[in-house]
Amino acid sequence: MMEVTSELAATVWKVEVAPGAPVQEEDTLLVLESMKMEIPVLAEGAGVVREIRVQEGDSVEEGDVLLVLE
Amino acid sequence: MFESLLVANRGEIAVRVIRTARRLGIRTIAVHSTADADAPHVALADEAVELGPEPPAQSYLDVDAVLVAARRTGAQAVHPGYGFLSENPAFARRVAAAGLVWVGPDPESMERVSDKIDARNLMAAAGVPVAAGTEEPCADLEEAVRAVAEIGYPVMVKPSGGGGGIGMAVVEDETALRAAFDTARTRSSRFFGSDRILLERYIPRARHVEIQVLGLADGRVVALGERDCSVQRRHQKVIEETPSPGVGDELRRRMIDGAVRAAAAVGYRNAGTVECLVDPERQEFVFLEMNTRLQVEHPVTEMTFGVDLVEAQLLIAAGKPVQFEPDDLRPDGHAIEFRVYAEDPVRFLPSPGTLTEWVEPTGEGVRVDAGYRAGNTVSRSYDPLLAKLVVHGADRDEALARSRAAVAAFRISGVRTNLPFLAELLDAPEFVSGRYDTTTVPRLRG
Repeated sequence: MMEVTSELAATVWKVEVAPGAPVQEEDTLLVLESMKMEIPVLAEGAGVVREIRVQEGDSVEEGDVLLVLE
Repeated sequence: MFESLLVANRGEIAVRVIRTARRLGIRTIAVHSTADADAPHVALADEAVELGPEPPAQSYLDVDAVLVAARRTGAQAVHPGYGFLSENPAFARRVAAAGLVWVGPDPESMERVSDKIDARNLMAAAGVPVAAGTEEPCADLEEAVRAVAEIGYPVMVKPSGGGGGIGMAVVEDETALRAAFDTARTRSSRFFGSDRILLERYIPRARHVEIQVLGLADGRVVALGERDCSVQRRHQKVIEETPSPGVGDELRRRMIDGAVRAAAAVGYRNAGTVECLVDPERQEFVFLEMNTRLQVEHPVTEMTFGVDLVEAQLLIAAGKPVQFEPDDLRPDGHAIEFRVYAEDPVRFLPSPGTLTEWVEPTGEGVRVDAGYRAGNTVSRSYDPLLAKLVVHGADRDEALARSRAAVAAFRISGVRTNLPFLAELLDAPEFVSGRYDTTTVPRLRG
């Protein structure tokens, strides 16, 4: 199980995966937005999306868990 | 001359415009979101009006709220700064319809160059060189593939109605074009409300050099030299300098001639910038786009020419002659601007937060245009520009030496900043030699 955390304070612009979805390394999981910049969050390895902890439009802080892969 | 001015912006540019207006004895009105109540531009103005909540759409981009603020405070003129509503011809028309002076070009001129495809075609017709590219938007991917067969790879895929590097991609072959085209269209629709895509021949290792123009009240167009803006991360500028180390005297004359021609072709009034790409080896240039507003990096021009461009803007908007004799303009020395961003200096990720320390450098030839001070919050809703450090010297070496000292002396805590990256650039042989181009930062960061 692996928690994917936010590297920065941002707003969740787009969630690109659904719970249960298989993902490959480098797949875009979701896209954050901060200071007029889009920041894609990529999978660091292959796995399955177990849980998504945020919704589009949510504010997240640095270190917040965005989703969980296994 | 109008006696009061509303500045429809925030951050360093609002502060900078208010300073000049106050010096000229014009009453100033700041506007702000709830997040910016403590911002320096609010404190500096004679009056301030809260527009709405933090998101730009509900405050700085809210045309009705800005016009209500102008009416309530009796403002006679509106300066839009850059970004936000500055290149919005509908806003310029609303300002004029409300009986206020718009400090900027006519909305008609803005419209003629706001779309990159239209602007390219117009400039080509006026005799300004343009890169090989599509004269009409590509309807679909197959048409794009056919178009590039004529233009030749590498090609830049660009939203025609866009800016800020958003949605832009360089593609080297058909596979990459197929991948990039739809992404560019999606981004373009989302950010700019138009899916018109321009394909343009990409010049590898080009320099990005722009010419400052002023369309005077009497109809003349004058140029105030160039600015080299090739140091960019994610297609956004980090350092700008004038004169450009990559532009010789003969090329400079041709670029100035082209820029004046470009501005004259649209009957341009007020301050504008003609952006070009330069091939330094061949000393050739092509027109890129025209920015119909005061540019972020205008201070390097001010420091070498010794003129206040905002003062010139206000005078032109009032229908008056500018404060200097245009034929006597001569640049002096060398100036470099450093954009201080709230971002980590390695990956350039945004770093919003609260500023706990803010100490600006001082010294001979050093100017700081800042939008923040200690105690302010840097919001994730706005762009990451905290301040501009502008340094002048008798020549480039002196400007570089002063810059190193100034960057080292700038102390900002509470958010991460790119100051360490600016220091790194000032020691990077490629920047110091002057032989840099738009690929320098990406190569430094691998």
